[in-house]
Amino acid sequence: MVVWSESERSIITSIFSSLDYDDIGPKALCRCLIVYPWTQRYFGGYGNLYNATAIKTNPLIAAHGIKVLHGLDRAVKNMDDIKATYAELSVLHSEKLHVDPDNFRLLADCLAIVIAAQMGTAFTSEIQAAFQKFVAVVVSALGRQYH
Amino acid sequence: MLTEKDKKLIIEICNRITPMASFIGADALNRLFTVYPGAKTYFSHLDISPRSAHLRSHGEKIVLAIAEAAENISQLTVTLAPLQTLHAYQLRIDPGKFKLFSNCMLITLACYLQEDFTEVAHAAMDKYLSAFAAVLAEKYR
Repeated sequence: MVVWSESERSIITSIFSSLDYDDIGPKALCRCLIVYPWTQRYFGGYGNLYNATAIKTNPLIAAHGIKVLHGLDRAVKNMDDIKATYAELSVLHSEKLHVDPDNFRLLADCLAIVIAAQMGTAFTSEIQAAFQKFVAVVVSALGRQYH
Repeated sequence: MLTEKDKKLIIEICNRITPMASFIGADALNRLFTVYPGAKTYFSHLDISPRSAHLRSHGEKIVLAIAEAAENISQLTVTLAPLQTLHAYQLRIDPGKFKLFSNCMLITLACYLQEDFTEVAHAAMDKYLSAFAAVLAEKYR
């Protein structure tokens, strides 16, 4: 079971409570699609992804980015059992969406960059460590039901 | 594959960080040691506490090497030859750590450049740092 210190818990809840989901969600997903273009394979039905500008102005992508970011809410509220919290979502990503679980880490890395850019130097190494620990647990939980 | 646009973006970023090389380098190293404590094992002979002189001088070395190689990206293997030898035969840092350091370097760039660290700049730097790390590890075996 993952052990969280009081400091880690408060860092995570603080980051997510101050996030503008409508801004950060789309930014993180767009960055993932631009920096790791092979991730676009899952977005065939989302319209024009031809270049960075097209991706950044695509309303379907923006909406999906918001949805995905809100998906992290349940983990923030259930930090002591993220594994169980995401069991169903893991099955969904495996059986229905057929997403390679390595992609979760790519999106997580982009989310870290977007939050770092927003917070600037306030995104200290301790905050980065807590955040990366959190997303690593989420990524692992989402990949768990694959077989 | 690095396009001409990528190379331009990479040089722009390197020009911006070179004047703050020790600051940027120390920040990236500090993040590496905090987030991936295993990396500290290579530095038992130095004082790598957050504001130490060793951290700043070492960080500076790394950033300047990255910036210097960026000026002639098509010649990476030539420019990095001495560093390749150093890392392969003397330092023998596990190459997995290069990836972790690159990750921290990107975070540092995001913190300092903020909106200027655009998606395309991020992609270019990620590609460059991956290529740099791959060349650095070439002589390992």
